[in-house]
Amino acid sequence: MNALISTALSGVVLMFVGLFVRNKQHIKFFAIAAIIIAFIANLAQYPSVEHGGYVMYGMIEVTKFGVLFNAVALGATLLYFLLSGSEFEKVGEHVADYFTLVFFILAGISLAATFSNLLMLFLAIEIMSIPQYILAGADKKSLKGNEASLKYFLMGSFSTGILLMGITLIYGAAGTFDIAGLGLGTESVHPLALCGIILIVFALSFKVSAAPFHFWTPDVYDGSPTVFTSFMSTIVKAGAFVAFLRMFHGSFAGGTISEHWTLILSIITAVTLVIGNFSAVFQQSVKRMLAYSSIAQAGFMLFAVVAMNDMGTQGIVLYAAAYSIATIGVFGVLMKLKDYTFEGFNGLARKQPLLAAATAVFLFSLAGIPVTAGFFAKYFVLSAAIQHGHLLWLVILAVLCAAISVYYYFRVIMAMYFKTGEPEVENISGGFKAALILAVALVLVLGLFPNLLLCWL
Amino acid sequence: MLTVLLILIPFIAGLIAFGLKGSGPKVLGMISSLATVVLAIGAWCRFRTAPDSLNLVANWIPQLGSQFRVGLDGMGVMLCLLTAIASLLVFITIYNRDYEKPGAFYGLMLLSQAGLTGVFTAFDALQFYIFWELALIPVYFLCSLWGGEKRIAVTFKFFVYTFLGSLLMMVGIIYLYFQTADHSFSWSSFSSIHLNPDDQKWLFWLFFVAFAIKMPIFPFHTWQPDTYEQSPTPVTMILSGVMVKMGLFGIIRWLLPVIPQGAAMWSDVAIVLCVIGIIYASCIAMVQNDLKRLIAYSSIAHIGLMCAAIFANNEQSLQGVLIQMFNHGINIIGLWIIVEVIQQRLGVKNMDQMGGMARKAPRMAIFLVIISLANIGLPLTNGFIGEFLMFSGLFQYNHWFMAFAGLGIILAAVYTLGMIQKVIFGESNDLTDTTTDLQPGETLALSLVVIMIIVLGVYPKPMLDLVSSTSEVVNKLF
Repeated sequence: MNALISTALSGVVLMFVGLFVRNKQHIKFFAIAAIIIAFIANLAQYPSVEHGGYVMYGMIEVTKFGVLFNAVALGATLLYFLLSGSEFEKVGEHVADYFTLVFFILAGISLAATFSNLLMLFLAIEIMSIPQYILAGADKKSLKGNEASLKYFLMGSFSTGILLMGITLIYGAAGTFDIAGLGLGTESVHPLALCGIILIVFALSFKVSAAPFHFWTPDVYDGSPTVFTSFMSTIVKAGAFVAFLRMFHGSFAGGTISEHWTLILSIITAVTLVIGNFSAVFQQSVKRMLAYSSIAQAGFMLFAVVAMNDMGTQGIVLYAAAYSIATIGVFGVLMKLKDYTFEGFNGLARKQPLLAAATAVFLFSLAGIPVTAGFFAKYFVLSAAIQHGHLLWLVILAVLCAAISVYYYFRVIMAMYFKTGEPEVENISGGFKAALILAVALVLVLGLFPNLLLCWL
Repeated sequence: MLTVLLILIPFIAGLIAFGLKGSGPKVLGMISSLATVVLAIGAWCRFRTAPDSLNLVANWIPQLGSQFRVGLDGMGVMLCLLTAIASLLVFITIYNRDYEKPGAFYGLMLLSQAGLTGVFTAFDALQFYIFWELALIPVYFLCSLWGGEKRIAVTFKFFVYTFLGSLLMMVGIIYLYFQTADHSFSWSSFSSIHLNPDDQKWLFWLFFVAFAIKMPIFPFHTWQPDTYEQSPTPVTMILSGVMVKMGLFGIIRWLLPVIPQGAAMWSDVAIVLCVIGIIYASCIAMVQNDLKRLIAYSSIAHIGLMCAAIFANNEQSLQGVLIQMFNHGINIIGLWIIVEVIQQRLGVKNMDQMGGMARKAPRMAIFLVIISLANIGLPLTNGFIGEFLMFSGLFQYNHWFMAFAGLGIILAAVYTLGMIQKVIFGESNDLTDTTTDLQPGETLALSLVVIMIIVLGVYPKPMLDLVSSTSEVVNKLF
């Protein structure tokens, strides 16, 4: 709740700050201060929910999980500001507006982590999406950016419509918007509600870019300004996942989860894994590779939704943290390079050993190699599926895909370490290096002691 | 504590080595490996008097039921000793060589030693898996940075292959974890699970494939000759001397006690694969012209025999495997040292271009003959006792398997003697006339190898005593 209020307020305040403060550097510092305040305000709420959450007006339910997830999202955004905050200036004139939009998205995410009502779900998804349409087209003069923005907007609104339709149908069947009261877990679900579930699954799959609803992803992520791609493909996506998980975790509560549900979602997961990984293999640009890799990683996060157990809930928090930190880090380094192709990384280790080493650690994490956070993230989601019992085929498929993912992640490592070249790198400031070291430290610490994060759950 | 130090010393030395320049890393590597050898011998002495003092348990991730649990049994002590001796031999051999970026080279070598020791001491499945992967990463960088022409593609194949295998093993580990009574990753919980035979049937393969890729067993061996050929020779020594033992170790420590019925069900299939590998690899070794590839294939054959003997399911063969794990490590490292010497002097790997080296480098020739004979298991060398035990174990299990595996010995004699003939005897040529004999460092390393060969060949009892506890325990569970 604190997170929601503080991020929404910060957004409004930042909008006005943009009017009075001309110095872009100051705006950035202001945004960083605001995110730190939001982070602390969110954590301050933890003691009050430690022994059980509370519901507000039947709309919002603040729980330990919600607070923890908000902490991850806000913390990752702080890291994102530290690493890439100065890139905002390069996109266009209205720096304060960009920060404002980011804060509004964060407000949407904190709502997604705490909603207990279908209306709030809809609101959360919309608050998250609309600023993204604007951010995608923030570089007004870029043709690709405009295409990305329009495409995202059209497809996004379409899927929002489907979501709304699903909500309506479920309301028609259950007569309530309250998620816990939907009773979707019973043996005989009303046919209307079944249609509603399917529509909501489709709409949310679109938001998390799960195949076959992923077609917008590569174009949008590739066309948007890189600094915003970094945010959209990580923290926002994790937020959408949490909405997905909460929606069905809540509505199935206390009942049984039918085999059809598992089947549909496991097919979506399998297709997402295969398409994401195989397409990423063929990319020439690292930015586009990361776009497909985000689809592939979404496949792993979907395991938590398929399995729908405690292990999965823990897994999604850890996965959100691990994936966001690593991807934000790689994007941060990528933005310092002139050339976004794999060749652009050639010989980076010789020229910028710190950047190369940090990128290597992030890529190890994305590939899921032990002693990085990514390993335990994968470990938890796979465990969730194995605990579920009937998903072993999916786990084996996922493992094969993880081996494929090594191919495209390691292409960057090979370029950096084993090939020679003269990469064009912008000036690296001391602050950037410090933020990079912080990110690496986080990845390694979570890789050794995942319970530092999970003990809060 | 001793056990933790065995991991920590090379780990910390490795991290420090990254920052050193000039001859600093060399000296540090030497000090660290000497220290680990001393510690490993100390662990052996301690094992005879108070074996429990070698175990250590510390909290790690209590929510998951995973603990930092290290310990040493007979097999562990032996393999840690092998790892320490191997890195000492490597560092002595290359003391006079200069590598580009020595800090990174020695740093990675030491880190891989730490990873390997971690694998051999882990008594917690999750920890075992993590070390299993960690041992691979430094080797990946070592091969890719300092290897031959095709190093990047070859090493990458090696990496993806083993990574896939280990991921399958991870699935198996997680599955077993949910079957344990107390939801724990510890070895004792794992080995007391009562799995139904249907589960054991497929679980066996999740583990076996991971181990078979590492060893490697036919048909998972295709990465191995390329990688051995392309890697810098010091890395090949670690790979073939120690790293392949990870697979054998994995079977003995984790597969047989945890999935006994699965292993019994599939043991015939596994032995057949091993025997095919022995004969196939020996045949290829016979027609091989490349010295490094010849030794690589001979290693496949030897490892195949050890793996077959494990599945022969009796105490004798198991004891043979355990002792052979050590002896094979020593012998093959000896062979690689000689390859390294030849390659450094002549700059070629093809045996056609060699010949007559005995005249120019008599000391090297003597060492090569002794080590080769040990490698084919001549009596009074260390290779004999292990092979004898393994064959007699296999014979008790099935005469036919023993007969076919026995072909491997004959073939080994053919290709090994052929190699000796081509390399050191015959007419010398312009290239080999320029050869010089061994330098002091190389002589020292090879002398150590030969001393171990002869001592363990004549008096193998201490080593047999060391490993007998493991073979008894495992055999009871099996």
